[in-house]
Amino acid sequence: MEIIYLLIPISLLLLGLIVWILLWAVRSGQYDDMEGPAHRILMDEDQVVERDDEQAKK
Amino acid sequence: MESTVAKYPELPDAAALDACCFHCGLPLPADLDLSLTIDGAERSMCCQGCLAVAQAIIAAGHENFYRVRTESAPTGQLLVPEFIRDSEIYDTAAIQGQYLHQLDGDSCEVSLILEGITCAACIWLIEQTIASLPGVEQVRVNYASQRALVRWNRARLKLSEILQSIHRIGYRALPYNPQQQQESHHRQRRQQQRRLAVAGVFGMQVMMLSISLYAGAWSGMEASFMQFFRWLSLGLTLPVVGYAALPFFTSAWRDLQQRRISMDLPVSIAILVAFASSCLATVSGQGEVYFDSVVMFVFFLSASRYFESMARQRCAASVERLVQALPLTALRLDAVTGEASAVAASALLPGECVLIRPGDTVPADGVIRSGFSALDESLLSGEANPLDKVPGDRLLGGSINVTNPLQMEVTAIGADTVMAEIQRSIERAQADKPPLARLADRVAARFIGLVLLIVVAVAAYWWLRDSAQWFETALAVLIVSCPCALSLATPTAISASLGKMQLLGLLVKRASALETLHRVTHVVFDKTGTLTRGAPVLEQIRCMPSFAVDECLAIAAALERHSAHPLARALVSKADARQLVASEVSSVAGGGLQGTIDARQYRIGSVEFVTREAGATLPPEWLDDLDGDAQTSVVLAEEGRAMAMFSFADELRDDAVDTVAALQARGKTVVLMTGDRLAVARQVARQCGIDDCRAEMTPQAKIAAVRALQAASAVVLMVGDGINDAPVLAGADTSIAMAGASSLAKVNADIVLMSDHLASVGEVFDMAARTRRITRQNMGWALLYNFGAIPAAAMGLVAPWLAALGMSLSSLLVVVNALRLTR
Repeated sequence: MEIIYLLIPISLLLLGLIVWILLWAVRSGQYDDMEGPAHRILMDEDQVVERDDEQAKK
Repeated sequence: MESTVAKYPELPDAAALDACCFHCGLPLPADLDLSLTIDGAERSMCCQGCLAVAQAIIAAGHENFYRVRTESAPTGQLLVPEFIRDSEIYDTAAIQGQYLHQLDGDSCEVSLILEGITCAACIWLIEQTIASLPGVEQVRVNYASQRALVRWNRARLKLSEILQSIHRIGYRALPYNPQQQQESHHRQRRQQQRRLAVAGVFGMQVMMLSISLYAGAWSGMEASFMQFFRWLSLGLTLPVVGYAALPFFTSAWRDLQQRRISMDLPVSIAILVAFASSCLATVSGQGEVYFDSVVMFVFFLSASRYFESMARQRCAASVERLVQALPLTALRLDAVTGEASAVAASALLPGECVLIRPGDTVPADGVIRSGFSALDESLLSGEANPLDKVPGDRLLGGSINVTNPLQMEVTAIGADTVMAEIQRSIERAQADKPPLARLADRVAARFIGLVLLIVVAVAAYWWLRDSAQWFETALAVLIVSCPCALSLATPTAISASLGKMQLLGLLVKRASALETLHRVTHVVFDKTGTLTRGAPVLEQIRCMPSFAVDECLAIAAALERHSAHPLARALVSKADARQLVASEVSSVAGGGLQGTIDARQYRIGSVEFVTREAGATLPPEWLDDLDGDAQTSVVLAEEGRAMAMFSFADELRDDAVDTVAALQARGKTVVLMTGDRLAVARQVARQCGIDDCRAEMTPQAKIAAVRALQAASAVVLMVGDGINDAPVLAGADTSIAMAGASSLAKVNADIVLMSDHLASVGEVFDMAARTRRITRQNMGWALLYNFGAIPAAAMGLVAPWLAALGMSLSSLLVVVNALRLTR
């Protein structure tokens, strides 16, 4: 069971990483608009580019 | 330009699609044939504006917009020279200084308020359009707050060009100055998010370790591991107590300094005592640890407060739109040359003369110098119909000029205007708001005082009797009496119910409103826009025997097509496909139009206008109807002869009658207060079954009336929508604003309906009642548990570990019970 003295520090490192990521996410405004991105992902710019290409082919 | 709140229709289904504009969904006029090929199919447009907007969208390669949108777009408007001139005012240095945020070099940033966004596809379209302009570096549209942040190179692109390009695709954008307050909201929100993240992540880790500790206590565990886990838990709880829980401590301390006891005090004591005793147990290696209870407690409480403040801020975000109640620019007429030039509205001085075009908002209070027109003051006074004004009449800043251009002499600006007066009365009303009796706070405050006394007494008693046992017993009493469940009882129920209500389309800005609602005895409704739709509908046509109804309607519509008056629009929308064309249409002072159709001259307008101008006499029974009538009527006449009378009424909302009846069934007294005329108010009250009906009230009179009710120990819920309702919304015990309400009303209401259904008012009461029931159950349980366990603990019968288990279980029970609300 002595392995726990290794595993727990590792999990603490992981914890530190998670906290850092969360704080970064808050700081960079990832939680500022909770609705828009859900819709935005469905409307990517790529579709328009494709569309233009189709028209060019015709 | 359209300044009233526009309501957009649902997307029509395929069958009805042919009859509607492809772009905005409005019915197609029969005399117009505009169409455009979109996605390989011929699509009809209702007006030049929509056509131009659709063309601009297609030309930029954005027809994907039409495929992914879920709502119709706002009706298009042509890019008129006036708009171009108005937007160019934003290029002047003085005005740019207010809005532009200078970054390095020529790069600068501006925040824009967007209008007309109906669905997520609009956001996409706007982002694409702005991003394709040369010189734009970054653009971000926030869907929740309907703002855009644009960063661009000033040397390559003018601000007015950005505004015009947004206008070209059918939306309105105005720069705004992110207020100081908003800035601090923003910081505060991120702070809360950080604390929540810390409490959540560390909390979960502590819970994990606690489970091992519980399992270890059950099946045996080596002492060294147990000690290791305890030290770990201590270390992990430290950031939760020292950082995430800080707001509770500071607020409790602030309250103590002001000699008040709030819920934060027992919360802080509970956190600190549980944490301190756990630390002690860890250091000494004896006794129980309660780190898991501490972190759970902090996390749940922070989460409920975060959601509450999110709901409030979301609504407060619309505050800046209030700025738009008064326009930013005005057309000042030069005193000497009489030439009009666009200036910032804030730069106007009393005595100066301004030009107000139809559709414009009056920039300041003033007196008409020349011209006549109908003025829409509905937001300010609640009067539904535009009022006719002639030279010498007073104009109020914030009202909307409907029909004709006006020249106005400015008499009052800024703080002296009626609009500013309304804002001041809101502030006063808020300051006088009846203090909220917070049940949980009161109970907890007494409870905590009592508990502290008991702990001291118990400790003293055991100290005298058996000095070895005093600490353990006193600790058990403290833990058992820790008002965790009591403190969680209300916040968990409220946050669960806020979430549920948001799903139902009810935005609760002040959670305390839920506690106030059950005490409400009087429900006060505004009329225009609240009980009624706020737009006139053609109700009745009376015709002289020699004319056909259809014929009269067609003639009237042909004339009214030339007017932007709401009555005219209501009339035109009822006219059938049979089109007549009127020529030489002119509008005449004193409320009417005259024009020629098939070489015959017709007039339409108020009774006075028609009798005076056309020399027509009306049948006496019409005049009788007019006198006692709640409707607004216009008369159509040809030379010397009345033809027909059209009567309009502001239609009741479909659910108004049911809602009022439902409220009365709950035993609430329903009152109608309106700024509109008595006859109109009476009729609406009669239709809805309201006995107490008060009309022609100013905002001040409304507040006074509500105060009088409150003085007679009534608890008042106000439901309203206009700027004129805002002071009452703030002053009533609690208040609800309609979905289409002015921003000022929304800001001042406790609850905002997100759908335009009046029936939601009933749902609010239902949810408030359920929330209260759950809260009472929770409180009852928490008090029962605490008072049952304290005597046992005081007698030394409860071991601290058992006390900790009981505390956790009772908190859990409270949380689970609260979650029933979300179902």
